[in-house]
Parts: sequence; C-alpha cells; structure tokens
Amino acid sequence: MHAMHLLKTISMVVLLLTAMGVNAGVPIPKPIHGEGQCVEPEDIMKRNHMEFILHQRDETMQEGIRTSKHSLKQCISCHAVKDDDGEYVHVDDSRHFCVTCHEYAAVSIDCFQCHADTPRSTDKHELRVNE
Amino acid sequence: MNNNDSLVNQKRRAILGGTAAAITGLAIAPGVFLTETAQARPLDEAVSSKQRWGLLINTNNCNDCNDCVTACQDENGWGSGSTDEQKSREDQKAQWIRTVKVTDNQTGYAKTLPMMCQHCENPPCVDVCPTGASFKRVDGIVLVDKHICIGCRYCMMACPYKARSFVHEKLTDQRSYAPRGMGTVESCTLCVHRVDNGEDPACVEACSSSMIFGDLNDPDSEISQELNRHGGTQIRADLRLNPGVRYQGLNF
Repeated sequence: MHAMHLLKTISMVVLLLTAMGVNAGVPIPKPIHGEGQCVEPEDIMKRNHMEFILHQRDETMQEGIRTSKHSLKQCISCHAVKDDDGEYVHVDDSRHFCVTCHEYAAVSIDCFQCHADTPRSTDKHELRVNE
Repeated sequence: MNNNDSLVNQKRRAILGGTAAAITGLAIAPGVFLTETAQARPLDEAVSSKQRWGLLINTNNCNDCNDCVTACQDENGWGSGSTDEQKSREDQKAQWIRTVKVTDNQTGYAKTLPMMCQHCENPPCVDVCPTGASFKRVDGIVLVDKHICIGCRYCMMACPYKARSFVHEKLTDQRSYAPRGMGTVESCTLCVHRVDNGEDPACVEACSSSMIFGDLNDPDSEISQELNRHGGTQIRADLRLNPGVRYQGLNF
C-alpha cells in the first residue's frame, strides 16, 4: 500500500517536471506581421511559402515575370525587422523575420547567400507594385 | 538644379535629339515616366521571342571615360559598387564589363571599347553548361540561373569574350534586383531587371552618346535603323555566334 502511494507521488512529480520542461524549452516563435493583409492566408503561408517562392523564382528567372505577389523581395520588404538603432537586422540576427521560425525548426535558408536579406533604401529600382 | 530646370533641359534634349531614348527621360511626376508605361510589357506577361535585345556601341564616340563600367558596378553591386570581395585577387574579382584597348600594330591606330557578355544567339556557355544554369532567355538575353549553377566554371572557359567571372567569397552587400553569391558564375545581364521594366541598361544610360539599346527584331527600332544605315561589326564573327552586341568604328 505504501509502495503504491510512493509510485503515485513519483509519477506525479515526473509529470509535473515534464510539463515544466516544455514550458522552459525553446519558446514558440512569434514572427512579426507585415502591414496590412499578407498575399495568402497565414496558415497556408506557414506551410507553403517555399513552394510559392520557388514557383515565382523560375517564372522570374526564365520568363521575366516580375509580379510582386509571391516574390522574395516583397516578403523582405513587408516583414523587415529593425533593431533598437533603427537599422534593418540581417539573417545573422535571430530577430530577422525568416530566421525566427527557421531557427526554431532548425531548417537552414540558402536564399540569402545571394539575395538581399533587408530592403535597401539605396536600391534605385524599388519593386513596382502590380496595379 | 531644380526640377523645373531639369524638365526644361530634358524637353530641349528630346527636341534636339528627336529620339525615343531621349523622351524616356521626360518625367510627368517624380518616378512616373511618360513612355515607360507605354513600352513596358505587363509585369505578369512572359518575355517573348518577338524581341531580340541588342546593343550597338559606336567606338568612334568612346573616349576612354570608363563611365559604362562604373555605372554597371553601381547598378549591379560589384567592384566599386560593393564593399565585398576584399580577399580576392584583382584577377579573381567580378568583372561584368571592362574596357579593352585594341591597337593596330602596323599603324599604331588604337581604339578603346567596352567588352561584356555579347549575348550570342548561339552561346557556347549555354552549350557546355552541365546543369542548364547557363541559359538564353527567349528574348536573347544570356543569363546564369544561380539557383542551379554548381560553379564548375566550364562556361567561363567556353566564352571567347572572357565575359564571365566566378564569385570566390561570401557576399553580403547585394542589390535586391541583382542577386549574386559565392560559388556561382555571373556576367552582364543586360540589366534584365531594367529591361523588364522598359528601361535601358545602366551602361547605356551612362553613355547615351555611343551606346544604343534596342530590339534587333524590330526594323523600326533605333538600333536596327542605325545598323541598317551604317552597319556594325561582330567581334569574332568567324565563330558564327551571332552576338547581340555590335560595334561600329572598328575599321583597322
């Protein structure tokens, strides 16, 4: 009887510790929202953004289609994060929009080996928004 | 110079020059151009083989100023337009366009000309690429799809114009419309991002006195008219690559 009681207590403690362990782990990322409505619903974007970007990539590269919907440049433009000094953060910073989730999911991003990871005010050709 | 002054000057230039290229600069409001919307293809429409973009360079007017090179560097973020590539040797650094001096050894007659990707109709760089990264767009612009370039540099060896470079180190300072990165080959894109917006390449904008950009397939375009009247030279025409970049004044 006494042994049964002890077992119950131990399992309760283990359960409690497990629950606490989850809370004390890596926090769920909360990426910042851009201004206004995103080009797709949020849940679809979370799962399929890479497909959209990949599709747009080939269309732009091969066919010169430069619409802003689904373009990486537009993602970066809307979701740019600034640090305390008002400077845009780069992908080496955990606060960068893409990095917040990718760091959590442990998925590396290759895009920014070539692509700009921040909007640049010095860019002479801002993205033309499709009317 | 205030806005009114520049507008007057641009109008005057348009009247004097009487060319479509000059009118392109006529702004009706900041950032809004009269002819741009008329010339530009809709953004969601694919490029077509109806056009074949080309460049005509009149070396008689070329005065060794290097403006085309600096304009390209500034536009596409390489060389002086970038703070990257500090570790690479001079001969390893990116070089999308360069000036070349050609001299006739017998007479001593010399000419300077800008040399860049010649946007061949039959590009050897496309022939040799093992992954299909080096490709020709249907409107004649030869590009590298860096998404699938593996950096083998076979295209660099195949190009008779020595027009391509390889990026040896990590870059951080790219332009958003001109992505470039370590481990890939790159070259003149004919400022494809500008062409898709109905504008001239940066080098042509910097040197309108000796460079004409336009559609070689359109007999009424300025470039076709000029080629029709005065002709042009292909560099290494013996290779039968039919380059989209033509030169005038190379009569040695």
